[in-house]
Amino acid sequence: MTTDPLFWHRLQFGFTVTFHYIFPQLTMGLALLIVLLKARALRTGNAAWNDAARFWIRIFGLSFAMGVVTGVPLEFQFGTNWAVFSHRAGGVIGQTLAMEGIFAFFLESSFLGLLVWGERRLGERRHFAAALALFAGSWLSGYFIIATNAFMQHPVGHAILPDGTFRIESLARFVFNPWAIVQYLHNQAAAVVTGSFVMAAVGAFWTLRREHSAAARASLATGVVAGLISSILVAFPTGDAQGKLVARHKPISLAAMEGRFESGPRAPLVVIGQPNVEERKLDNPIALPAVLSYLAYGSFSADVRGLLEFPESDWPDNIELLYYSFHVMVGLGTILIAIAAIAAIFLARGRLSGARPVLWVLALTFPFPFIANTAGWMTAELGRQPWLIHGLMRTAEGASPTVHGGATLFTTLGFLGLYFVLGVLFLALVAKEVAHGPGPPAAERS
Amino acid sequence: MEALWFAIASVMLAIYVVMDGFDFGAGALHLSVAKTDRERRQVLAAIGPFWDGNEVWLLAGGGVLFLAFPKVLASGLSGFYLAIFLVLWVLILRGISIELRSHVADGMWRSYWDATLTIASAAAPLLLGAALGNLLRGVPLDEQGWFALSLFESFSPRGTLGILDWYTVLAGLVAQTAILHHGALFLAWKTDGAVRERSLAWARHLFPAVVVLFLAATAATAAIAPQVHRGLVARPLAGLATVLFLFGLATSFAARRAGKDLLAFLGSSAFLLGVLAATAAATYPTMIRAIDDPSRSLTALNAAASHASLVSGLWWWPFGFVLAIGYFVLLFRLHRGKVHAAAEREGY
Repeated sequence: MTTDPLFWHRLQFGFTVTFHYIFPQLTMGLALLIVLLKARALRTGNAAWNDAARFWIRIFGLSFAMGVVTGVPLEFQFGTNWAVFSHRAGGVIGQTLAMEGIFAFFLESSFLGLLVWGERRLGERRHFAAALALFAGSWLSGYFIIATNAFMQHPVGHAILPDGTFRIESLARFVFNPWAIVQYLHNQAAAVVTGSFVMAAVGAFWTLRREHSAAARASLATGVVAGLISSILVAFPTGDAQGKLVARHKPISLAAMEGRFESGPRAPLVVIGQPNVEERKLDNPIALPAVLSYLAYGSFSADVRGLLEFPESDWPDNIELLYYSFHVMVGLGTILIAIAAIAAIFLARGRLSGARPVLWVLALTFPFPFIANTAGWMTAELGRQPWLIHGLMRTAEGASPTVHGGATLFTTLGFLGLYFVLGVLFLALVAKEVAHGPGPPAAERS
Repeated sequence: MEALWFAIASVMLAIYVVMDGFDFGAGALHLSVAKTDRERRQVLAAIGPFWDGNEVWLLAGGGVLFLAFPKVLASGLSGFYLAIFLVLWVLILRGISIELRSHVADGMWRSYWDATLTIASAAAPLLLGAALGNLLRGVPLDEQGWFALSLFESFSPRGTLGILDWYTVLAGLVAQTAILHHGALFLAWKTDGAVRERSLAWARHLFPAVVVLFLAATAATAAIAPQVHRGLVARPLAGLATVLFLFGLATSFAARRAGKDLLAFLGSSAFLLGVLAATAAATYPTMIRAIDDPSRSLTALNAAASHASLVSGLWWWPFGFVLAIGYFVLLFRLHRGKVHAAAEREGY
């Protein structure tokens, strides 16, 4: 066991940001779906859509609260744990982080209470407007964070001063970083996958139990259709575009994601295999010939470089985990497309409510999009290593100079305990709401 | 340009103290002013629509520090490492205690979150006040502008330094008492019936404590951080802010006695704003004071981001600020009037 503070800083930030992102992916996905449910209710006047919307707003409210309380620490952890990074890059990434607070958080926090508690007070049209405000706020918030991350992945729009600090050269180039736009679309589609599969799972669960049939049908139909569309969008065009960006700008990350050591044309796409970094090879590979060349560069004969072509000091420092993260993301993404497609076929034929095996699969699938989203972010962040800001600043340079390992371990353990409790509370309360179903709130508030 | 961003950051953080201050204060008095479940839901309904937005002022103010004074943010947050995490954990517990309480209709469940809210809400202003005390007293900055302080050492601002010493604890207590008073006046304004009566009684008892502790802290500051008083006397803006806070404090007293609840709350808000504005104006440009070598202090001039970064922030910040004010006006309008203890089906 090491007492190197850098290790604990990385573990702590990785843990807190991963735990945090369980919630925003759900709220961003649900925010869009709630707008769709409310729009449908307004247009058709059918109460079932509103009942379903009301239930999902309650889940949204819980998830949003968890997202807020676990998100606040992250903003501060930049300063507490990554002080040198904050000092040097603050003039650039401080812009988007401040924008997030000013443009997104104020919007969300002002309208959340109105969305969760204000249906009666506001009336249907203005309640719909509150749903739109939450959708806009949460998706805007996502953009500012992705733009911040995109700067770390692919820095543009900045200049470096003699003292090593960064300054804005072009605010527009920094905010509209092409990397950010592609990553944002990919990420948002993936968030909708999470929202959709959670919605479909609850709809399937109720249908299997023959409960709340109207809200169950609304949730099931919305979840399956949105799930199919979004899971396809995650793969193509957004995932494809993201992959091509990585291939163009970070061939070394691509090589590590694929466990590829030797360079060469007609590179295969690995489906399964275990990277053996010691011996510089991939054990037991099952691969599709030449597909990687095509996906990365648009030609089956394209040359795809392997890790051995790059200095080892520039290799991502956890190739094995990066490789598995990438393959888990792609594998689960593919499985989710298949499940959504099968369910959509049953839905189109009007036979989904009676297809119990399909409903069982839908009801049990909801953890997978969370895992796929997490694996996707691990791919992005492990693939960025050993750099904190790609090509400009190494992770090892960014940690706080005066914080020792004991202090960081202490706060890491504190977060572990606190977040364990939050996780249990969230699961228990969501389970309670699902068991209770739509209709008047679970807790009697008279 | 640096002075402008110093002012922007100060204003946003002062708004934060006034806004989150009232829900800290109300939360800390929660168990004392509300006895039944109905009354407790009344208190929560009074702060429920606002607390999250109020806390955003901290995030947005922190964001402004990040973009304009990255070295101050980096040095301060890493130097006060453990204290910052205590604040973060307290904020987490507060947030979920407000949001989760209503989800289960069970006496023990609700008692648990009521107590959590009270304790966390009382702890937050204590910690934040002590943080301000640290900035005034000064910290041992090295040549690169970094420092590290343990939570406590000798408890003396002249001995081996820790984050907590008698001076910073005193600053924390002043902040805590002033925030309790502020929250009591907020509840008196926003509620009716027994909760309002008890809140007014609390405000009445807290007022002398605020005055006494504030005077004690002022005297202590003269000894520990003489630069504050030199600045107060020398700078017209600081003098103006001093008049504002004295006037606000007096208003909070007189208006309460006259039964003008809103005016009393506004007086308390002016008091908090004035104290912070006077402190900021008196200590400008110093942001983190170096205790043993003033030349090492981090100031708005030597710790600012580059000119280009400051300029580009001005392109968007004013729009966001106006929008944020607009949301709050809308929110207070939608939730105008008193919150009753009567049964409500929608709300906390």
